[in-house]
Parts: sequence; C-alpha cells; structure tokens
Amino acid sequence: MLSQAVQFLFSGLTLGAIYALVALGFTLIFNASHVINFAQGEFVMIGGMTTVFLVGFGLPMPMAIALAVAAATGIGMALEKLAVEPARQASITTLIIITIGASIFLRGLAQLVWDKKLHALPPFTGDAPIGILGATILPQSLWAMGVGVLLLLALRWFFARTLLGQAMLATANNRMAAQLVGINVRRILLLSFALSAALGAAAGILIAPITLTAYDVGTNIGLKGFAAVMLGGLGSSAGAVLGGLLLGIAEAFGAGYVSSAYKDAFAFVIIMLVLLWMPRGLLGGAAAERV
Amino acid sequence: MLEVPMLDVRGLEARYGPVQVLFGIDLSVAEGELVALIGANGAGKTTLLRTLSGLVRATGGSVAFDGETITAASPERRVRRGITQVPEGRQVFTTISVESNLRLGAYVRGRDEAARDLARVYDLFPALAERRTSLAGELSGGQQQMLAIGRALMARPRLLLLDEPSMGLAPRIAAEILDIVLKLRDSGTTVLLVEQNAAAALEIADRAYVIENGRIAMQGTGAALLDDRQVMSAYLGLD
Repeated sequence: MLSQAVQFLFSGLTLGAIYALVALGFTLIFNASHVINFAQGEFVMIGGMTTVFLVGFGLPMPMAIALAVAAATGIGMALEKLAVEPARQASITTLIIITIGASIFLRGLAQLVWDKKLHALPPFTGDAPIGILGATILPQSLWAMGVGVLLLLALRWFFARTLLGQAMLATANNRMAAQLVGINVRRILLLSFALSAALGAAAGILIAPITLTAYDVGTNIGLKGFAAVMLGGLGSSAGAVLGGLLLGIAEAFGAGYVSSAYKDAFAFVIIMLVLLWMPRGLLGGAAAERV
Repeated sequence: MLEVPMLDVRGLEARYGPVQVLFGIDLSVAEGELVALIGANGAGKTTLLRTLSGLVRATGGSVAFDGETITAASPERRVRRGITQVPEGRQVFTTISVESNLRLGAYVRGRDEAARDLARVYDLFPALAERRTSLAGELSGGQQQMLAIGRALMARPRLLLLDEPSMGLAPRIAAEILDIVLKLRDSGTTVLLVEQNAAAALEIADRAYVIENGRIAMQGTGAALLDDRQVMSAYLGLD
C-alpha cells in the first residue's frame, strides 16, 4: 500500500518537475509583458524533437541536447522579434492570440520538417529501475527531478544576485520606472522569451525518454503548464513551481487511484476549480488582478 | 546669455493619442540652475517632463542637451547622457528591497561605482539606511519619495527632473524633501522641478516657468513670479 503511494509520488514529482519548468516559462514572459505565451508548449516539443533527430543523425547526446536548447532559444527570440515586437502597440488580448497563431504555425512547421510519428529519445543513463522504499524509479526520473532542481536554483541565483535578473524583476514590477533607470525594457522582453524557451526545451528533453515526443506534444504539455500557473498564481515564480509539483502529484495519484483514462482531465478540473474559487491561485498576489 | 544652456527646448509639441497636450514649449535650463515649472492640473507639466525623459515621444520641436539634439533618443540613452526623471507618484519597485532599488538606479553604470554612491545616498537619507533590507512597498510615502530621489541620484544625473516630489506628503515631510532639492542644487546638480505647491517651489527656484494649456504663459526669476499679482491669484490662491 505504502509502496504504491511512493510509486505514485515518484511519477508525480517527475511530471511535476516538468510542469514546473513549463510554468516558469509562462511566468517569465507574463512578468515581462503581461502576455500569456500559448506557444510555450511548442518550445517543449522543439526541445524534445530536435534532440531526437540530432541523436538520430549520430550526434552524441550532450551535444544534441545543447544544440536543441540553443535552437529552441533562437526560435523563442525569433517569436518575440518577428511576431510580438511588431505588434507592441496592440492590446494584450491581441498579443495572446498572436502566440496562439505562433503555436499552430510551429506545430505545422514541425510536422513538415520532421513527421507525424511518435519518437522515443533514449534515456540519458540506461533504463534499469532503481528500487526505493519498495517502489521503483527510473534513472530518467531522477534526471528530470535533479536537473529541474538545478535549473530552479540557477534561476533563483540569477534573479537574486545578478543586476540583469534584478532588472527583469524591476521591469515586471514597474515598467515605466524601469525605463527611467535606463533599463532597455525591449531587451528584457527578448531575454524573457529566450529564457522561457530554453526552460521549455529543457523540460521537453528531460521528459522525452519517459513519455515519448511528437510534433504535437506541445499542446497538451503547454496546457498543463498553464494549469500549473493558474493553480500557483499568475506572475509568481514560487507559485509556478508549487503549482507544477501539485499538478504532477494530483495527476499521478488520480491516474493511480481513480483511472488513468482521466489522467489529462485533472489539470482542467483544477483550472476550473481555481478560476471559480481562487482566481488568484495559491501564491498569486496583486498581479492577478490585471486579468 | 551667449553660453549654450544645458537643456534647450524649442517649440516642443507632444500628444497622447489624438489629444495634443504641448503646443510649442520653449524652455531652457542652464548648468547648476534650479528651475521650477508651475501650472494648474492638466496644464501639461508632467507631459513635458515625460517628453524630456523620453517616455513620451515629441511630435514636433526639438530638445537639445549639452548642445546635442536628443529629441528622438530612448529613455535609456537619456539616462546614460545624464538626464534622470523622478516620476510622479514615486514609482519605486515595490516588490524589491530598498537597497536593490538603489542599485538598480545605477543600472547604466558599473557595480563598483554603485557601491560608492550607495553611501552618499544613505548619507543624504538616513531613514533609507535604516530600512535597506525592507521591501520598497513597505515604506511610508515620504520614505518612498526619498527612495525615488535616491534611486535617481544613483544614476549620477547632471539634470534631475523632479515631478511633484511633495505630492501627498505631510507638510513637514514635504518641506524636508524640498530642502533636499535645494541641497542637491547647491552640490551642483541641475534641477527642473514640477511642483503643485507653487509658493514653495518659487521660493527655492532660481527661475521659473508658468505653463498654461500646454504653452509657456510666463517666466522669470522665482522671486519676481512670487511678487506677480497674476501668478499669486492664479496659482498661490492669494488675492
């Protein structure tokens, strides 16, 4: 009984780490621009798919991963430069619709460049399960959780200790004042797209050996990340991480104890409950009042 | 005056969407001066300052700083050149600590220079030194105004644009803030001050402009405008 719960917890934390990274991507862009980037899931897809194909070409895994993250980062920056920046004067709603268009475009492009099949990325370090407390955990799950934690710590350091990170926080807090201290807020926005694409790609690469990847995995994982953001509170980084982990755990336990057929439904039930009773989310502050 | 003024504004026009707010403003500020800008609400004082700091784009006329045209420069470039605005309503970074607010003020300069200037700002505003680790949003209104000014000073401005620094403050705190403005001028910072408290502004200003409906209606030394009957009745509420 306990071992089963531990098993669900492991798979919940693995999923949760991935959702947290995607949710942080949403948060970074939202804080810099108040835009909810619905192409966030596509960064996840690009990360996973690019790695699969580069490994298929015979590239060593670490190099394939580095190139895939770089590719996704470049696409994130191109999205900001080519689609968001030119429409800077438009309303937030228009910008959000632009990101939906971009996500459809990127999905179509992926289908043309690659194919419509499911692809598996080999696990980073083998697939012999490790036994803990009567449950088993895949080495790839440890990778997902470990790298997730490392990325979180790196982001924390970036925002707390670097002037550029502080400038991003300042721009999120008060855009006009940021301009008045000489922060180039357009460059901050570009940086937020770059960072959030890199986080998404990392999530996509970490999860690809566990859940497989395809040109259209971005839709589902993007919505999960968005649900995590809503649960944690729009605009809060800590909320994004908390929301991601809770959603991952809820999904794993729901799939285990209720039915795995409803696995994907939990995220949407959570969105509805949060919107009905707690529109600011768990840790959302004043930022949510803009919505 | 043959010398080129530090700030030279000619025929400046600006609009918010379809509404024109500034109609050909001519104004100059010489190095080391404290110049006040007074006028009724909606006369265009804030818009003028925002056009000078680059937040609002001029639709006509020119702005020259140190003899160089900066009419189309971004706010960032103006800060680098030495123009810093303290915005109306303080606009501190509420979710960030007092000290980080100040460090961000020196964003366009190096980290080492920022460290040196922190001491100078804390010296000027001891209240900020006591609360350096507090979030800026937790400060009182007067302390937030001090922080807004301190943050602007961290950029080492040569021209400081101050928008309503005493707004919403208790009279004693407001007087304290204006004392500091005077101190800044005396230590060599050039100041363009927008103030709703016209009498107080004219008392400390070397020169002043009266702005009405987006046009300069009058100008003169602070003392002369204080003595002017028209100014008195319109802006000082005296007969």
